[in-house]
Amino acid sequence: MSILSLQNVSKSFGPIQVLHNVDLALEPGEVHALIGENGAGKSTIMKILGGFLDPTEGQIVLDGQPVAFASGPDAEAQGIVVIHQEFNLASDLTVAANVFLGRELGGFRLKHAAMREQTAALLKRLNTKISPDAKIGRLSVPDRQMVEIAKALSRNARVLIMDEPSAVLTHREVGTLYEQIDRLRAEGVAILYCSHRLDEVAHLADRITVLRDGRVVRQALRGDLTEDGMATAMVGRELEDFYPPKGNPAPEAALSASGLAVPGRVHDVSLQLRKGEVLGIAGLVGSGRTELAEGLVGLRSSTGEIRVNGKPVRINNLRDAFSAGLAYLTEDRKEAGLLLDKGLRVNLTLATLEKFGTWRIDSHAEDKALARATQDFDIRAKDPNMLAGKLSGGNQQKLLLAKTMLPDPEIIIIDEPTRGIDVGTKRQIYAFIRKLAAEGRSVIVISSEMTEVIGLSDRVLVMREGRLVGEVEGDAMTEDNIVRLAMGVTSDSGKAA
Amino acid sequence: MKKFDFHILGPLVALIALVILGALLNSAFLAPANITNVLARSAFIGIIAVGMTFVITAGGLDLSVGSMAAFLAGITIIAMNAALPEIGENWGTILIGMGVAILGGIIAGLVNGLLITQARIEPFIVTLGTMGIFRSLVTWLADGGTLSLEYGLRTLYRPVYYGGIGWITWPIIVFAIIAVLGEWTMRHSRFGRHVEAIGSNDRVARYSAIDVNRVKLLTYLLLGLLVGLATVLYVPRLGSASGSTGVLWELEAIAAVIIGGTALKGGRGRVWGTVIGVLILSLIDNILNLADLVSPYLNGAIQGVIIVLAVVLQREKRTADER
Repeated sequence: MSILSLQNVSKSFGPIQVLHNVDLALEPGEVHALIGENGAGKSTIMKILGGFLDPTEGQIVLDGQPVAFASGPDAEAQGIVVIHQEFNLASDLTVAANVFLGRELGGFRLKHAAMREQTAALLKRLNTKISPDAKIGRLSVPDRQMVEIAKALSRNARVLIMDEPSAVLTHREVGTLYEQIDRLRAEGVAILYCSHRLDEVAHLADRITVLRDGRVVRQALRGDLTEDGMATAMVGRELEDFYPPKGNPAPEAALSASGLAVPGRVHDVSLQLRKGEVLGIAGLVGSGRTELAEGLVGLRSSTGEIRVNGKPVRINNLRDAFSAGLAYLTEDRKEAGLLLDKGLRVNLTLATLEKFGTWRIDSHAEDKALARATQDFDIRAKDPNMLAGKLSGGNQQKLLLAKTMLPDPEIIIIDEPTRGIDVGTKRQIYAFIRKLAAEGRSVIVISSEMTEVIGLSDRVLVMREGRLVGEVEGDAMTEDNIVRLAMGVTSDSGKAA
Repeated sequence: MKKFDFHILGPLVALIALVILGALLNSAFLAPANITNVLARSAFIGIIAVGMTFVITAGGLDLSVGSMAAFLAGITIIAMNAALPEIGENWGTILIGMGVAILGGIIAGLVNGLLITQARIEPFIVTLGTMGIFRSLVTWLADGGTLSLEYGLRTLYRPVYYGGIGWITWPIIVFAIIAVLGEWTMRHSRFGRHVEAIGSNDRVARYSAIDVNRVKLLTYLLLGLLVGLATVLYVPRLGSASGSTGVLWELEAIAAVIIGGTALKGGRGRVWGTVIGVLILSLIDNILNLADLVSPYLNGAIQGVIIVLAVVLQREKRTADER
């Protein structure tokens, strides 16, 4: 019998119905993957299961009995724990304090030692080296993810709802995550796993539910649905080749760097980006990919020589980079890319305001630019005056892309082009990047998604510990080769630089 | 968008309500003499508050403006008295004084701004410090007493506060010009857009090729300049400065900014809202003085209630947004 299930659940927000008669059952000892494009209703389902929202119609059944959760904590008290994509951790408190937040051990005086010991035991179970005394604010994002999982374990979860847990993890950490999921499954926990990564769904899930536009369009058992089948079910049409065909880069270099260093982060990097090329940069999180990009465009101070079209340029800040024809699209869309509490127009033109008037900003010209960007980049906004924060992740990314392209750069560095966005938008962005290269622009793509780097790039550079450790091209661009280089495992394939 | 937005129109409605209330309570309220008086007295805080709107919108704060005004008034008077024997009792001396006030204001703003942007100290801490320093300096310069402008100069300088075009005195005119320029700058200039962007998220601003430190520094410079300008208009009013000049002006200016709908955490600036905020605060004072309804001693309490109320109304709007 299933632990927790939704029976014929519908949900409306005002006049808009976001879920239509959804049936979903979580069985003990089973990983149930929930997939769908952004806006398909995954988060609404998670919120209903986790007690954060009530269904408009239908019922939630827990252990065979209909229930109505009063709140998230109420659901948690019954063993249903949600790990949100945005972490619920207090960054100034220690790991142990966070794990026991709200249910601290001890009475008036806290039992610090006991909480620390239990936290240490949990972390050990998770195979991490995180100290229970570390402050959350000092941990890396993947480590915070592990703390979230430890926190869920400490609550004796019977049902664990995970929202894109692997999105922020590196290759190795994803391995640990999968082990933990296997272990929890063996212990009889029911797991609902939301993900955009179809390869991991195929690997992990015992049962798959595909959502489209608030409806369940497909339910399948392990092995009954291929990755291709999942993608087709999600999008509702056949996907031809997911990645656009590769291009034909010119021999001359658009951008070349030699001996580039960002103190403490990047050491002695020399690279060449050819005209019309899409150059991938792979590497583990923390290998200095982002720092290299930020050093190139003047967001971090760097030393070494940078040449654009053969001419040496000095880039001390982002303005210099713009003048040299470089632009950078950040990996951190929400904290460095867009002003979430401002409108689309303000966001679009923020980096290029001087194009819209010397003294007075010409708002009509801005509106025109927005109209054009909305069309060129297929930004789907209900209302051009809406706030950027209210757009879906995919549309935010398109807006950010439009903003990055507004200075009309020749060389574009795109850091994590498709993090946390749905399959349909991913394809649009891939096609767009390819189009840029076909126009004779040059693109550097930094990505943690191995298939993305391989599928998109003409050539891939691999970084490890702040250095370029290898380059792969053509048939040598395989996941295996790149991972070996990124992890520092020597092998005969892939030429070491 | 078109529906009645209490958040934006609230302060204006409150202002109109206050005017009606004032007119009902006392017929002298709408007399030109009273209006002139209220507006002229609002002008000092108002000019400063326009500058404060930019500082707060960029995510900063300046607690030192009241003390800064007192200090600037002090050095202005000293400079004019010192120049008197050399230059004589004429506008030359007064222009020197005005120059000292404006230049002093810019330098004071520069000090605050550099400490905040270059030494990376919290604005609250920096300006709490300079607030004490400026206040102490003026008290020291006055030797605990009062610095007074020479009688002849005072007579010559007086019209800058009391004179004007018809019953509209110079402080009102200057305040109006500053308000219009301020609103325009916030709304239509690149600087204003950058200020809002920095207050909204300074990392996004930095990644959008905005020189965040420069813009922040400019907001403090602008505020210093405007404090200097307010001082130029204030000195002829009494012709003196002491350790108790401009006490609590910083809080009145901040209160006006907040009542006007600018977010204290930055990111959204409304200069015209600030102007309304200043007028609301002075009208409350004026009405309490004219009417016998409530003791004028409760002025501070009523202003306090208004400030808290303004913030509560802002918050209600925000939660309504999230639905």
